[in-house]
Amino acid sequence: MIYLDLFLGFLKVGCFSFGGAYAAIPLIREIVLSYGWLSDEALSYMIAVSESTPGPIMVNLATYVGSSQAGFFGSLLATTAVVLPAFVIILLVMCLLKTAIKNQYVQAVMRGLKPAMIGIILATGIYMTHKAVRAADGGLGFDGKALILMHIIIFYKIFSKRILKKKPSPIFLICLSAVLGAVIFAL
Amino acid sequence: MKKKNLLLDLFLTFAKIGLFTFGGGYAMISVVEDICVEKKKWISHEEMMDVIVVAESTPGPIAINCATFVGFQQAGLIGSICTTIGIVLPSFVIIFLISLFLDSFLEITLIANAFRGIQICVGLLILDAGITMIKKMKKKPLTIAIVAVTALVMLLINFLSLRFSSIALMLIAGAVSLGVYLLQQKGGKKA
Repeated sequence: MIYLDLFLGFLKVGCFSFGGAYAAIPLIREIVLSYGWLSDEALSYMIAVSESTPGPIMVNLATYVGSSQAGFFGSLLATTAVVLPAFVIILLVMCLLKTAIKNQYVQAVMRGLKPAMIGIILATGIYMTHKAVRAADGGLGFDGKALILMHIIIFYKIFSKRILKKKPSPIFLICLSAVLGAVIFAL
Repeated sequence: MKKKNLLLDLFLTFAKIGLFTFGGGYAMISVVEDICVEKKKWISHEEMMDVIVVAESTPGPIAINCATFVGFQQAGLIGSICTTIGIVLPSFVIIFLISLFLDSFLEITLIANAFRGIQICVGLLILDAGITMIKKMKKKPLTIAIVAVTALVMLLINFLSLRFSSIALMLIAGAVSLGVYLLQQKGGKKA
């Protein structure tokens, strides 16, 4: 039952994604891959699209996966599911749980959850970058053009931060890498 | 009549925030602060700080948390429903439209090449987000150990294509942290 899977899958995402947009990506990736809804490549494209369109990345991804799997109602269900936990929790916090969140034991659990999440994000970043620069034939080597592109982006980022004293926006970096990709891979 | 206007105002304001904030999460905080605290005076700066703390320690997109909070503060449950739908609606419509065309779009070689470049960039962006979080994190031995161990385990899971849920990994870390806290407390009482 695709509707139920979509709803439960994204409810899980909504329940376990602490601390902002990128924190949810490893979890979304895991769920989307395990159900076979998207490939790793398609997910990367969608993260880029989500980053370049307005709104929370999590909501954007839920809408897209829902729509690609089960049309309009799929996207409606997935989006509702991903939003629901945050909505309900804030209502609960405002009505009755104001003290629970400051409870020392709850805080102790949180102190474990957050670094674990950071570790998971790091691992996902490394894995996805590695996968993107790997040779197209699936061997152990790297794709030369992809490596060049990666270094240009890293270099630009450091240059912008150190010399221009301005952190480049993700949208700008995505546009830059799109232009670079279109040029370098066409050569 | 006045209440109806307020609900409409809440809905439209948050739809506008949803439409014009790119990049999610932290980018949205400054916009919400500007509109809801400075211009509309719906909530105070201190309340805004409270929401961010709660938003960070509860799951879900921070933008949704903020919207729900302001809506509830101003007009109760109906208010919170208006603001939450308001903030989600623009991106829902945009992404839904994109999803209808993306596949045929990707068949063009030029676009496919551009997206190969983007794929690398997305990996780097995620890595960068992780590094930024480490920089902001309070560095204690236990937290550093948890970051290192989960990162290693997660890498192994990814590269060896093992089936182990990252949710389980997070829950284990939470349990370990609670365990250490309880032990420390016990030790503290003895000493």
